[in-house]
Amino acid sequence: MTNAMELYQMLPKTNCKKCGKTSCMAFAVALMAHELTPEDCPPLKDEPKYKENYEKISEIFKPSEGATETGLIVHEDLCFGCGNCVVACPPNVANDPYGVGSGNAPRNVNKLVLTVENGIVKAQNLGECRRFGKNKILCNGCIVTCPVEAIEFV
Amino acid sequence: MEKNYHVCTGCGLLCDDIEVESEKNIVNKVYTACRVGVAHMKEARRAEADFLVDNKPVDEDTATREAASILKNARNPLIFGLGTSTNETQKIAIELAKKINATLDDTSSFCLGPLVEALIQDKLKTCTLDDIRNKADVIIYWGTDPSDSHPRQLSKHTYFPRGSEKQRGWEEERTAIAIDVRKSHTAKICGNYFFQIPPKGDAEFIDALIAGLSGKLPKTSYNYPPKKLLELANILKGAKFGVIFVGRGLIYSLENLEPLFKLMKILNEKSNFHLIPMVGNCNTMGFNKNLFAETGYVNSIKFENGTVKHGPEYSVVESLKAKTVDAALVIGSDPLLILPGSIAKNMLEIPVISVDHCETLTSKHSKVYINTAISGVEAGGSAIRMDGVKVSFEPVIETNHPSEEVILKKIMEAL
Repeated sequence: MTNAMELYQMLPKTNCKKCGKTSCMAFAVALMAHELTPEDCPPLKDEPKYKENYEKISEIFKPSEGATETGLIVHEDLCFGCGNCVVACPPNVANDPYGVGSGNAPRNVNKLVLTVENGIVKAQNLGECRRFGKNKILCNGCIVTCPVEAIEFV
Repeated sequence: MEKNYHVCTGCGLLCDDIEVESEKNIVNKVYTACRVGVAHMKEARRAEADFLVDNKPVDEDTATREAASILKNARNPLIFGLGTSTNETQKIAIELAKKINATLDDTSSFCLGPLVEALIQDKLKTCTLDDIRNKADVIIYWGTDPSDSHPRQLSKHTYFPRGSEKQRGWEEERTAIAIDVRKSHTAKICGNYFFQIPPKGDAEFIDALIAGLSGKLPKTSYNYPPKKLLELANILKGAKFGVIFVGRGLIYSLENLEPLFKLMKILNEKSNFHLIPMVGNCNTMGFNKNLFAETGYVNSIKFENGTVKHGPEYSVVESLKAKTVDAALVIGSDPLLILPGSIAKNMLEIPVISVDHCETLTSKHSKVYINTAISGVEAGGSAIRMDGVKVSFEPVIETNHPSEEVILKKIMEAL
């Protein structure tokens, strides 16, 4: 994994402020925190001389294949739909205590992060996941309860 | 809005919260069920032919007539299977067995039969899965791996869900313990509370555990660390509502159930423990209960002119081994596949009638094959869950295949 200094080295370093940040260093920090994307730097994106660096940075921030916004990957070939993660997931329990929180079928699918569909767990409503947003924490409720390591965060 | 939930008959758990999307009597999507349940509901139908005699397609009447004539001409027919049949079907099968003086047995005679018998006779304390969800704090899996055999058990009933008296759930208020010969998927979830013992080491482990519970130094011939055993004994002593799930791993390892009775007795002196057998098929428990209500035995019986004989010699394994049966009616089971080859091959020498919803090794070697509706998916009825609770269900989709119940009734009539 890279750090903000390495990202800064690849940026135009002109402090043009077109991204809305005060300096290129500030932009690099915002990139690291996933607040901004490489596309938010107009010179980097448009000027041919930065093309190589733009591709490099985009490669770093490209979401992994199959991963969701929170980096959650379900290995569908491993998952057998036991539903441990669905019942253990803290936002699931908070949003549907008498449904999935008590081991039953979901009563309010619209606010659940994990559900089981056709015998395989499916991630949705990632805004509810504790790994999402400004106050994110490294929750691992769904990983430690999986008997076959079918859930992974990248 | 009240949702329309279905019951899954894929295993002994009989999950009753399954949502299904179907179109034109084909199941498209299954929600909440595990992979076992989805496979059971979506892909169970594999056989194409409906009725076969000597592997040639025939109509329903010819097939039932042929089946009836095989049973009529047999001196001592065997009726075997019924683990996935509804209670209603099982009761008819018992009647049929009575009528034709048959030997009647199911898979429990070589699985958890003795344990289920002890439970039905109230020799051991048991409880329901709902009690466990609401109250249990110590859950032991002994010689069983529900993560593979009953995938939703931990999430729906035992370890993970919040219950009325266990609001904090698995993180703080429950302890799951696995005792097994290998690190199974369930053992992985149990983490530090996995106790690995050598094969056939269960009886000694029970003795050592009893010693630990009584405050003595636990000793085993395979030098199991006494510190770890004492730690386990202390957890068990402190349990407010404990439960032991017993699987075939423990039953096969014990000569008889005496060590288990002793353990349950001392556990209930020190704390409060219950026992539930990990029944595999969706209604093996029902067969045992129905047969017990009718005859006083749970399996391995022979009807003879109104009297009932019981003993290991009437089990499917022994009767095939001794070649005492001369025809077989197999309902929803595949003995050629599940029995040891040396015993199963004796089955090839007798005429077999296979009543099943899919093509099996047994059905391929049967004289008569009748393709039925899948109990719980295409046919309704009731079944008994592993903890003894009766669950009723309606068919999920419609089919033109006759149910097992209808077929058995027709065979009865043809007799």
